[in-house]
Amino acid sequence: MSQPGAVVVPASHDAHEAHHEELGFWRKYVFSVDHKVIGIQYAITGLLFLLFGFSLMMLMRWQLAYPGAALPLLGRILGEARMPGGTMLPDFYNELGAMHGTIMVFLGVVPLAVGGFGNFVLPLQIGAPDMAFPRLNMLSYWAFFLGGVTMLASFLVPGGAAQSGWTSYAPLSVLAGAGQTMWLIGMVFLITSSLFGAINFITTTIQLRAKGLTFMRFPFFVWAQFVTAFLLLLAFPPLEAAAVLQLMDRLAGTSFFLPSGLVVSGQVLTVAGGGNPILWQHLFWFLAHPEVYVLILPAMGIVAEIIANNTRKPLWGYRSMVYSLIFLGFMSFIVWAHHMFMTGMGTAMAAFFQTTTMIISIPSVVILTALIISLWGGSIRFNTPMLFALGFLPMFGIGGLTGLPLGLNVADIPLHDTYYVIGHFHYVVAPGTIFALFAGIYYWFPKATGRRMNETLGKIHFLGSFVCMNVVFMPMFLMGLAGVSRRLYDGGATYAFAQPVLHLNVVSSWGAWILAIFQIPFIFNFFWSIWKGEKTEENPWQATTIEWASPSPPPHGNFLAAPEAYRGPYEYSVPGAAKDFVPQYEA
Amino acid sequence: MAADGHARVAAEGAHGVRHPRLQHHFDDMEQQAEASTLGMWVFLVTEIMFFGGLFMAYLVYRTQMPDAFREASHHLDITLGATNTVILIVSSLTMALAVRSAQTGQPAKTQVGWLVATMVFGAAFLGIKAIEYTEKFRDHIVPGPFFEWHGTYPRGAEMFYSLYFAMTGLHALHMVVGLGIMTVMASLAWRGRFDDTYYTPIEVSGLYWHFVDIVWIFLFPLLYLIGRH
Repeated sequence: MSQPGAVVVPASHDAHEAHHEELGFWRKYVFSVDHKVIGIQYAITGLLFLLFGFSLMMLMRWQLAYPGAALPLLGRILGEARMPGGTMLPDFYNELGAMHGTIMVFLGVVPLAVGGFGNFVLPLQIGAPDMAFPRLNMLSYWAFFLGGVTMLASFLVPGGAAQSGWTSYAPLSVLAGAGQTMWLIGMVFLITSSLFGAINFITTTIQLRAKGLTFMRFPFFVWAQFVTAFLLLLAFPPLEAAAVLQLMDRLAGTSFFLPSGLVVSGQVLTVAGGGNPILWQHLFWFLAHPEVYVLILPAMGIVAEIIANNTRKPLWGYRSMVYSLIFLGFMSFIVWAHHMFMTGMGTAMAAFFQTTTMIISIPSVVILTALIISLWGGSIRFNTPMLFALGFLPMFGIGGLTGLPLGLNVADIPLHDTYYVIGHFHYVVAPGTIFALFAGIYYWFPKATGRRMNETLGKIHFLGSFVCMNVVFMPMFLMGLAGVSRRLYDGGATYAFAQPVLHLNVVSSWGAWILAIFQIPFIFNFFWSIWKGEKTEENPWQATTIEWASPSPPPHGNFLAAPEAYRGPYEYSVPGAAKDFVPQYEA
Repeated sequence: MAADGHARVAAEGAHGVRHPRLQHHFDDMEQQAEASTLGMWVFLVTEIMFFGGLFMAYLVYRTQMPDAFREASHHLDITLGATNTVILIVSSLTMALAVRSAQTGQPAKTQVGWLVATMVFGAAFLGIKAIEYTEKFRDHIVPGPFFEWHGTYPRGAEMFYSLYFAMTGLHALHMVVGLGIMTVMASLAWRGRFDDTYYTPIEVSGLYWHFVDIVWIFLFPLLYLIGRH
């Protein structure tokens, strides 16, 4: 993969000269090879997709809270094909559900956490002038962009976007409309993008570390990104293979995932059959379980940085955190079938996967515990990044603990596919990961722009989001325990047993809409601070890691002089030191 | 940029002059070569996992219908398959010689010669593959509505040929990409880009080529040779 970079770049003398010339607008901001620009491109695209995916969900929440009621205003805009008379059609509801999941995971959180923070922060934290393969990095962003465009365009094809859930279970997905083909092609782009990114992250981390920066001197964020890159690297290709097979099933007449004798709407399908739908589930979850850790590990990395910085203390148990992270990475590849207890795979298999699932909870608990103990005895600064980081801890805790019953075969069977699962997963990813991502944005914003975001608006954003997130997701546990299934078009209104908890749908929906209102201060703050925010010097948080040695914003090439690491990453409040922090990069 | 200045000093300190092929974000040629090689190996890991997914599908279906697979496999042309195996192994040899000729600083013509030889073998492989595919189309053993099978296990045979086309098709796609890479390498070599101080691109292209060959080494017995003893 390196040869295009090595080949096409003009002789490096020329490249060197070219530095001093101003690059044109297109080369500088659009087709840039600079990891910082690419990181910001990823982050902004990812944030836009998060907003879009959230909007899809807000539409669904209307239908769930008031099934069959006409949606004022917006209902008309979306057209007769989707919402005749303002009332949502079931097919459109399914599109929204499938695309909400797909967009949030593959186009929102991963691009922001890995593409955005990974690209922007990781080379700076290891003191590198750029990624090892800058062109591959650009290619990675544009593959992601194409994947995003494909996914968005799928809403416009006849029959609308994919409707088979973000998991695209066969045979439903194989028999679905043209939107599913677009979904598969989009996924191939997104997977390619992530693989290019992972290759770059791994090579950069190993090869371009600053002098003296040994692995055990890595900031925890670097470790998190490094392990994440391995997860992407190993988990995504099998899904790419599976996507190709499903595409062939849809387009070339094969039956990899179509069983024999399939009857749809009373008619026997004339396909070859003989395929195995469960194979799709295995190949899908072999990716998608590690993917869950792709969603959470960068978040843990961000939170660890911010907690160390704002408690003015070294992280408690740095080494055990790193070992837990690596162990987590390994284990994440042998737990996938705990998503499949309902497929009747037998008690022996179920016993194996529930055991590994219980084991993998241990390193997560170690990391969370170490982060909580790190707070002990610190003189905590309650700035906005720290508030979001502190918010992450209990939210991820709730998400993690509610996952334990789902990992046990016997408890999973009644809870499977209920709102309980939705509540569990969203506690991990929404007030968990997304809070950590907000924390990261507030924390590294001064590095990217040279200006700080407004604290008052940030605190309003935090408090509002914290309350609303819980209002949205806490009721789901109750509904799920009452037995209400997910993916129901009417939110369970037709079921007698669901009647006592149906009002919780209304609570949850209003929580979501008010949550949207509390994002306005963030959006305003973000743009306002780019131009009008309080100016800062290169190290506004008095942090110790290497990214703060570069000017804010860092120039092309990042550092004025190649940095060197002289000590571990979190030398805060060292007894006898002149300041309460001793940067890694100061001799 | 001062950072470049620093890297420049380091590079000049090591070699006296900065190598013209050294990219600005690397300290020296050794680091650049190591990064490129590592990058290619890591890429090949993703390829292993990709084909691994396909082999997993093969494993599942062959375990489910071993007799059908054996029956279906008999309709593959073992002569053409074996010829292609030999061709690919020879192309790996010429590829290795191309890398070697760059490493030892042989003249551009020698490097180009080995690269072109590699491409000729690669193209021959694809040509033979095309003949095989044509035969399958002619005999209606391409999965889909026109599939015909006169043996005992039509359903299993269709699955076998679904896998055959998926796996050899994706392998052939990798060969086409490989030919594209070799074209770029040959044109660069022709312009005298590679010598004993700089040959990483040709070396990592070779890694890719060998990998694609190795995939075939697994495909050949699993598709052509099952049940022939």
